[in-house]
Amino acid sequence: MTVLCLVELDGTGAADASLRALTFARSLAGSGGGLEAVVFGEATALTGGAGQGGAPAEAPAAETLAAYGVTGLYVVEPGRVAGYAPAAWARVLAGLIGLTGADAVLAAGTDRGSEVMAHLGALTGLPMAANCVSATLSGPATWQIVRQRWAGLLLEDALLEASPALATVATDTVAPTAAATSAGLTIHAHQPELEDGDLAVLATESAAQSGGVSLANARVVVGGGRGVGGPEGFAPLEELAGLLGGVVGVSRVVTSEGWRPHKQQVGQTGTKITPELYLACGISGAIQHIAGCASAKHIVAVNSDAGAPILGHAEYAVIGDLHEVIPALVAAIKARGGSA
Amino acid sequence: MEILVCVKRVPQVGGKIVVTGDGQDVDTRMSGFAMSPHEECAVEEAVQITERLGGTASVLTLGPPEAAEQLRDALALGAGRAVLLETDGREWGPIATADAIVAEARRRAGAGPGYDLLLLGNEAADTGDYQVGVRVAHALGWPCATGIKGIEITDGTVRARREYRGAEETFEFGLPAVITVKEGINLPRYPSLPGRLRAKRAVIEEYQPQWRPDGLRKEALRVPETERKQATVLGTGVDAVPALLALLDELGVLP
Repeated sequence: MTVLCLVELDGTGAADASLRALTFARSLAGSGGGLEAVVFGEATALTGGAGQGGAPAEAPAAETLAAYGVTGLYVVEPGRVAGYAPAAWARVLAGLIGLTGADAVLAAGTDRGSEVMAHLGALTGLPMAANCVSATLSGPATWQIVRQRWAGLLLEDALLEASPALATVATDTVAPTAAATSAGLTIHAHQPELEDGDLAVLATESAAQSGGVSLANARVVVGGGRGVGGPEGFAPLEELAGLLGGVVGVSRVVTSEGWRPHKQQVGQTGTKITPELYLACGISGAIQHIAGCASAKHIVAVNSDAGAPILGHAEYAVIGDLHEVIPALVAAIKARGGSA
Repeated sequence: MEILVCVKRVPQVGGKIVVTGDGQDVDTRMSGFAMSPHEECAVEEAVQITERLGGTASVLTLGPPEAAEQLRDALALGAGRAVLLETDGREWGPIATADAIVAEARRRAGAGPGYDLLLLGNEAADTGDYQVGVRVAHALGWPCATGIKGIEITDGTVRARREYRGAEETFEFGLPAVITVKEGINLPRYPSLPGRLRAKRAVIEEYQPQWRPDGLRKEALRVPETERKQATVLGTGVDAVPALLALLDELGVLP
């Protein structure tokens, strides 16, 4: 079958969540199926044609997409759709359903992916299954799906009866995996037809943070909860995160107390993270928080309460006061750096 | 400024989620219900906007008769009017839910000044469909922004901000419009005593919309299988730091 997947960019490379969605899409398309992708951006940047001075040696997006099994890449350049306009992006996908004969259209369950797929559902009148973790064709225009509810604390087995199937892919479940062999990728400069009003809602972007480490893509997250005690208690956590090349994340109580901005919240109503290491300091481990951090590869808890629920989700724990343990850890890392 | 806030009654889950024996619902025998968190912020935002610009913050829910409880919670926070779209307790999908909200918006417009702004939560805590607001906007032909964490309204124009890759993006569009908000847009107030008393006495408008299937049929809910592990304790207090440092080294996260 043919699967069409929206790919989002992170800088000039494909976003991690989109690589996960592509992995999902490839298994749905099956062997002999077609995996088509659409991306909004400069074609030259995608193929590495326009070098950015001092930019990291990152594989151009097109190369990565070929490695993930994409056979056809539709590029919509800024001259056609200038920036992020959710209704316009959905209109482009709607047009590509006709052009590619897609049996399913997927996007990552990110803010943008979810929004564009919701618009596509509204434009086509089709149902849209959000945050799927698996899907198989079980009959004519019938899909057996498993999707997340409660931000992944529950799974729902459901039947999606629609053609094409519209779905978003959970951002924290399917591991991004390249195909066994790279596909021969054909790039199409796509010139979509839009309708009046499609550009009525258009984002103006702040480019300041482009390429930086964010909570969603950080390799290390140092978490702080109620045990931090107040806004001034975060300095050692920030220092540790800085040393490890990571960022600070916090629990819901920390943002509802106003100690830290909401954008640092990890959890069901904040950000879902997928780091290599989550070091949870003074966090008891409410399930809404676990929903946001359960996909961390390794969870290490620092907590003064040996009975805290977080210890049931962590791999390792230090029982102790984070206000002593973290500064001592920071000192030890610095000492190690000095002697190396 | 006429604002309609759409809220959802969801189970209040604490230590863990339990599914009922038939696999159809979350077991709520040991827990209560609450307004979905993003929507509590939507109510607060609507109240703040009408405090600044005048008008009415109405609140709507689609749910069983007991969902009147969440409407009264919103009234206690300062909403001025409440509408219950009463169901027989069956789960409504996003398409049917959007239809029922659109019918209310049209009914209101037919009876006098319609709504200028519809506010919803970005996604409901339980079903997490991420689409009701967008579907409502398309049906009404209104612009829509989702995941919003900041709203400014000047002379009928909205500036809506949200996070994007650690930074921010902004959308500008005219009213009427649909906006879905996220927690963090504000810190919801606590209900006042006079607010609670007013909410208790308030009359709730009721309608009975027709359920219809959605093309996505729930078969069963289940708790994902995870290996429930108990953490290996590396040590106590600062004495554990060498072991912790060795672990970080092994994980390859040290500089």
